[in-house]
Amino acid sequence: MIVELGIVAAKALLVIFMVLNLAGVMGWVERKGSALIQDRIGANRASVLGFAGLGLVNTLLADPIKFLMKEDFIPPRGDRLLHTLAPCLALFPALVTFAVIPFGDVLMVGEREINLQVANINVGILYIFAMASLSVYGIVIGAWASNNKFSLLGGVRGSAQMISYEVAMGLSVIGVLMVYGTLEPQQIVRSQGELLGGWLPAWGILLQPLAFVLFFTAAVAETKRIPFDLPEGESEIVAGFHTEYSGGKFLMFFAGEFAEMVTSAGLMTTLFFGGWQVPYLVRDGFHFPWGTIWLLPHLAVVLLQVGMFTLKVVFFCWLFVLLRWTLPRFRYDQVMRLGWKMLLPLALLNVMVTGVVIVVLHNGS
Amino acid sequence: MILFFILAALSVIFSLAVVFQRNPVHSAMALVATLFLVAVLFLTLDAPMVGFLQILVYAGAIMILFLFVIMLLNPEALERRRVFWWGLGSTAALVLIVEMAALLSAIPAREGRIAAVAEGFGSPEMLGRTLFRDFVLPFEIASVLLLVAIVGAVVLAKREL
Repeated sequence: MIVELGIVAAKALLVIFMVLNLAGVMGWVERKGSALIQDRIGANRASVLGFAGLGLVNTLLADPIKFLMKEDFIPPRGDRLLHTLAPCLALFPALVTFAVIPFGDVLMVGEREINLQVANINVGILYIFAMASLSVYGIVIGAWASNNKFSLLGGVRGSAQMISYEVAMGLSVIGVLMVYGTLEPQQIVRSQGELLGGWLPAWGILLQPLAFVLFFTAAVAETKRIPFDLPEGESEIVAGFHTEYSGGKFLMFFAGEFAEMVTSAGLMTTLFFGGWQVPYLVRDGFHFPWGTIWLLPHLAVVLLQVGMFTLKVVFFCWLFVLLRWTLPRFRYDQVMRLGWKMLLPLALLNVMVTGVVIVVLHNGS
Repeated sequence: MILFFILAALSVIFSLAVVFQRNPVHSAMALVATLFLVAVLFLTLDAPMVGFLQILVYAGAIMILFLFVIMLLNPEALERRRVFWWGLGSTAALVLIVEMAALLSAIPAREGRIAAVAEGFGSPEMLGRTLFRDFVLPFEIASVLLLVAIVGAVVLAKREL
């Protein structure tokens, strides 16, 4: 009993630690990446105790210290309680969603099997969407509690945008759920280890390409990043919903955005890119389609899988940064038109076509 | 059991806050908390699917629309006629209490332990089978009704369409 609880606590700590740290590193990657794209040098001024050698480490240390030392300002006519609650509401869903994302297969320690996933819920996908739907509150409440016109405009924009894209996101995943026939993330990843025609891994991207395009677009919109950063829109409404935020609370909004980015990357990996699957790697080693077999020890297999998962997540995080610094911002009516008139009908079409194909294949065999 | 009482007490406190808060945004947030706690109660009752749907639909989508409307309309303009609303609210509450008491006394007292849940209870498979095999006609009628309501709302809101 105690051991079981300890294992769950250790897994939860590991995942939270990874997500928060990756979010912090992404803050640095975003600054350096933007500099790379705009032909600048970027973030190289931080020197801790007169030592400016390691850019990454120094910036990682200096950024949060700077945020935390700043004055925490609450607008005098605003709402003290909700103004403080809002950043917590923004950060919370991003951190808990990762609980159902499997980061590896089972790890065998002696006789004990450890499932490398914090919580194995049989309706895991539903849990993800339930938590995602709560992430709107941080923006709406923060915007309202600031008692500022620009904040309120940002909050109204944000809530409408996120509700609109949640619909498209949910419907695009239905196709994947139909193909793999389960709501359990771990089960979805296992199914993606099968081979199509004996050599092609059955990853979601290959079986549901349209669903991936829709999901990716909706995921960018949900993280409120360019080209969908209308709730912030600094050239129109100052800084949108976080205009009146400073210091540690602003840092929490900021970290929330990056944590959401990491979680979206994890979701895309899990649903469409085989999660922890390494092509042709099964529990005892590599089995290549041309007949070669490399046997590997159990620990090496697990480490390869966890490493592969991390690599895929980091790739998608980088893609988010790349998108942000290459695309211009949409106009608001364009955002609404894209969500309701393009993504939603396409997602419905995808569900219908997938259903027909599944019925035909089942009756054919 | 202890968990149930903590959750129940918290949800009662938050639902009282919904009624007694002066500020409509505070009321709405208290309602979100209540719905969330009821969802957790569903989880403890072996119905994770219903619990997560409760968060997704009620706490997530519908309450955001409530907040949206509260933020767009100026709620201070609705502060008048307090006495009338108090009267109406207390009458409705009284009727509900009497009804609940009547219902609860009609259920025969149960001896001993409550029966264990069946295999696969509350799973998506069971829910889907019940909904789309046994109750498919009511389900379809309900969806048509919702469609009519949506079309009606659009027609009313956009007269010049």
